[in-house]
Amino acid sequence: MGTKAKEAFRFCTRLTLAEVTGRRAANIQELLEGIRSADDAVIYYHTHRFIKQSHHLVPEGANDFAYWVANTVQADRLGEELTSIDIVQYHSLADIRDAFVKMLERGIAENPGPARTVAPGREFHFMRSIRFSVPTECAAVDYRSFLDCLRTVSVSSLYLHVFEARLRPPYGVDDFSHWFRLNFGDENVGREISRLDPYSYTLEGLRQRIIQIIEKRVQEGSNA
Amino acid sequence: MPKIDEYAPAAGRSAIEELKIIASRLKGKTILNVNSTAVGGGVAEILSRMLPMMTELGIKPRWELVKGGEDFYAVTKKFHNALHGTPQRLTAADFQLYRDTMKANLDTLNLDAEVALMHDPQPAGLIDKKPAGAKWVWRCHIDLSNRQDDVWNFLHGYVSRYDAAVISAPSFSQALPVKQFQVPPSIDPLADKNKDLTDAEVAAIMSRLEIPTDKPLISQVSRFDRLKDPLGVIEAFKKIQPYVTARLLLVGGSADDDPEGAEVLAEARTAAEGNPDIMVLCLAPTSNIEINAIQRASAIILQKSLKEGFGLTVSEALWKGKPVIAGAVGGIPLQITHKYSGILTRTIEGTAYWMKRLLHEPAYARKLGENGREHVRENFLLTRHLRDYLLLALYLESGRQEFIHL
Repeated sequence: MGTKAKEAFRFCTRLTLAEVTGRRAANIQELLEGIRSADDAVIYYHTHRFIKQSHHLVPEGANDFAYWVANTVQADRLGEELTSIDIVQYHSLADIRDAFVKMLERGIAENPGPARTVAPGREFHFMRSIRFSVPTECAAVDYRSFLDCLRTVSVSSLYLHVFEARLRPPYGVDDFSHWFRLNFGDENVGREISRLDPYSYTLEGLRQRIIQIIEKRVQEGSNA
Repeated sequence: MPKIDEYAPAAGRSAIEELKIIASRLKGKTILNVNSTAVGGGVAEILSRMLPMMTELGIKPRWELVKGGEDFYAVTKKFHNALHGTPQRLTAADFQLYRDTMKANLDTLNLDAEVALMHDPQPAGLIDKKPAGAKWVWRCHIDLSNRQDDVWNFLHGYVSRYDAAVISAPSFSQALPVKQFQVPPSIDPLADKNKDLTDAEVAAIMSRLEIPTDKPLISQVSRFDRLKDPLGVIEAFKKIQPYVTARLLLVGGSADDDPEGAEVLAEARTAAEGNPDIMVLCLAPTSNIEINAIQRASAIILQKSLKEGFGLTVSEALWKGKPVIAGAVGGIPLQITHKYSGILTRTIEGTAYWMKRLLHEPAYARKLGENGREHVRENFLLTRHLRDYLLLALYLESGRQEFIHL
């Protein structure tokens, strides 16, 4: 545990600027059409950004689409199904979009009656995220300095490295696991972190869980 | 003015560090703000606190005021009301007066800056003199969702020539040939209205205002305006009185210079007459610490609006960690997620039901308050507002890349 990494882990954070597209949906059919033609920046806004913004509301809030369908359209069953789409298991925003499209198409096919239109003012607004990667002051070269950083970085940083990282190469792998594996050959930390689920923790809770995982490894190392 | 690091306990250390990193990419750049007043009103209040922070971060902020006669302000007041959805009669002479005033301002104002934020309709027409290479943003604080066509069409000619427009909520957006961004307004956690107060300070202020604290207090702080529904609040409270022990407090301004306000205040007093657990209180417009203390002494805070712009008073209440019951109108649903960070209602009956429920379930009420405070911390503090403006400036300066590595 005392060895130094070949390459320091530089913590970054993710900030976003919200662009209003002007596109709205007043019923589920319009929501489907909007998602079908949405680009990655729209899908990111309503899925990844949503989790980060609403992280203290756990267990509620998987994504914007599900929230609107369940709470505004009040299509309970479809809302529940959209909630169940596990966005962190997908390796691209296009795959996430396809999953929502499929689910909505199925929901509409199973309920072919006239679509319920929400009251004026309660429409779904399609938004886009302009994304910024911002380096922080925190850099880690070993387990202990990694823990120090983990205690101070923002939840946006945590989200970026643990969940959003899975959308870029190496696909499906979070940054923390990748760094521990690459620099220390540590598969255990990676395995534990990859099992973490953003729907089961607040991001603060997630921070504590990752700290526990790494502290345990440090403890095991010093006992070895 | 507080130093930027003084915001760390409220906004979080990492939010302050992020601001410093973003600002370092804009070091030495001039960001110009133009509006119509240096004091009074939400825009002036925000700018007076935000601009010193920009200076501290190494940016060069400038602030210019559009100048015009009373007739100009009468016209722009009509613009404002028409855009808000209150029908106004505008004449050709009104529009011409606006053009003439813009022309006069173009000759006198210094508009030299890399990035400019023009706030609301008053300075919109200055776009005629935008310097080459500068990035100009029209910052609209008004809810445009029920705007009057003639005024909007007139402004559209100016706004469509900006580099971007900024609105407070997605529902305020309009068809424009330029990109629109959402930047919600914010509260200053260090201002008198929101800063932390000790229990002793709260108790002393409540004692001075002669507000008893022997029963749980339910309060609504807002001017006496029918759209804030003070009579609906009293009616809802009367419905729960047989079941709960509590006191209702309606706090607003004295309404001396507002005939309709005075009428609504009188009606509220009549509705409260003979009911010892309903208080109606008038405070001076400068009573910021008093409002702060009343909110902190409250068990539940109401904002039972029937119509709102953004309704930032909700964030002020949530920041005190209190459960808030508010009307689901304007920008309020952006501040409250129903049953998670507060309660949204649409009727007097619904408001009564939730008041009773929250009084009977203090643990749930406490959780709502905690969630609400965290939501405000992340989304509605002055530091986030400044960060959004700086990110927008970076976006425009970067040549509009959608993925920016700083």
